[in-house]
Amino acid sequence: MAHELRGSSAIVGVGLAGCGEAIGRSPLDILSEATHNALEDAGLKLSDIDGLFTGSSYHFMPTLSTAEYLGIKPKYSDGSMVGGSSFVAHTLNAAMAIKNGLCEVALICYGSNQRTAGGKLATMSEQQTYEIPYKPRYPISSYALAAARHMHQYGTTREQMADVAVAARQWAQLNPEAFARDDLSRSDVLNSRMISDPISLLDCCLVTDGGGAVIMVSSERAKDFPNKPVYLLGTGAAHWHRQITQMPDLTVTAAADSGKRAFEMAGLTKNDVDVVELYDAFTINTILFLEDLGFCAKGEGGAFVANGNIAPGGSLPVNTNGGGLSCVHPGMYGIFILIEAIRQLRGGCGDRQINGAEVALVHGNGGVLSSQVTTLLGTEGVL
Amino acid sequence: MALTNKKFTGPGPDQLYKDHLKNNNFSLPKCLDCSEFHFFPRVLCPHCGGFNLIWEKLSGLGEVYSTTTIRRKAERGGDYNVSLITLAEGPRLMSRVEGVEVQAVKIGDTVQVLINNDSDEPFVLFTPVSEV
Repeated sequence: MAHELRGSSAIVGVGLAGCGEAIGRSPLDILSEATHNALEDAGLKLSDIDGLFTGSSYHFMPTLSTAEYLGIKPKYSDGSMVGGSSFVAHTLNAAMAIKNGLCEVALICYGSNQRTAGGKLATMSEQQTYEIPYKPRYPISSYALAAARHMHQYGTTREQMADVAVAARQWAQLNPEAFARDDLSRSDVLNSRMISDPISLLDCCLVTDGGGAVIMVSSERAKDFPNKPVYLLGTGAAHWHRQITQMPDLTVTAAADSGKRAFEMAGLTKNDVDVVELYDAFTINTILFLEDLGFCAKGEGGAFVANGNIAPGGSLPVNTNGGGLSCVHPGMYGIFILIEAIRQLRGGCGDRQINGAEVALVHGNGGVLSSQVTTLLGTEGVL
Repeated sequence: MALTNKKFTGPGPDQLYKDHLKNNNFSLPKCLDCSEFHFFPRVLCPHCGGFNLIWEKLSGLGEVYSTTTIRRKAERGGDYNVSLITLAEGPRLMSRVEGVEVQAVKIGDTVQVLINNDSDEPFVLFTPVSEV
């Protein structure tokens, strides 16, 4: 018996803005421009939006600040903050709100000017009391500790991690909207400046500006819109820790739990997935998530991502826009993985299009491997 | 039923942890229900959810669970170590391993705690122990 949320809502509008550099623009400027583009894509007006979902590193009460800027008074609003995975989590909240008649048109949105505002990671996070004396770099050192442990336990190599960056760049070279499109070789990554061993500069995602917006409605209404609807099939969210010392096992993320529950809700398995868009803040992320989501066995992620297996022409398309590593990454990335998945399922991705894609897996990460949220999206044929 | 429990009086776990360190004791709360220690110190046991805790001194021994070298320019102090240490008693914490070349800290190294009491905010470091 299918979960009652499966296929109950659909995305009918997407918009991007300010990706790369948006000089002189504030985070909300960029968010609003992305919203405009999504509304235009959906053929809707701002006054049609009655549900608002957003997250921000710049605003203490992000839904209030965003609604104020847009000039809307939403009936339903959620600003749950689980870092970059927030926007993926919002798809489930929006689906529940829509199903229960609490709103009809949900806007999930994000904007950031991280690059042009100075390039430092904006965060409102408190420092962790028991980490302060040791001055770890946030968040990179936490990911470095996870990578080091994975290398120790499973023999994962820097070369395999570098191949994640190489694959991402190859996808970006097929995407005219991507920020970094120069050739990138494995040795370029290995020779890049080490920041927190074993993570080097080119193992890290970009620092860009950018904003994105996604509009969801009930599946009953979805066919009235200009674009092919993309349906929400299942979502799972899990979190087991906030700070890296409290992660039970640095080689296993809560994606093992979020993915399982997303697949259950959707009634699908990993064999049904045509394209994967996951949050590649660092090259180790791709390895960990592909393992924990079940695309390969635990410990075999290094071999799975190596030698072009997730690059164009490989056995599993991962991060077809170029990812946070090469396409866009303005502080939090979750809205962008959703948008790329939606565009793939609609069929409008040009040279990087995965032909006949019907099911997309979107996987968001937040904090330091802390929050894991998995969403499965599908075309009407999968309902 | 009392709305507030009179059992919760006195300094909180963060203060007690520091007080123990100031007295040269590396101690953590231990659960009287499930016998587990935990870190960071809390008012309850995160393993079993129990609220019956007692502070107990640890052996100070641990093993490097993971480690990274943070690269920093020489003029700003040079590279330094950040490690995750799994204590012999079970809990894991972040620290720094000293007394060895930064790049020589390895996962699996046995280490011993060293309390730094120089300031009002005491903290622990670890030094390598050569195995017999």
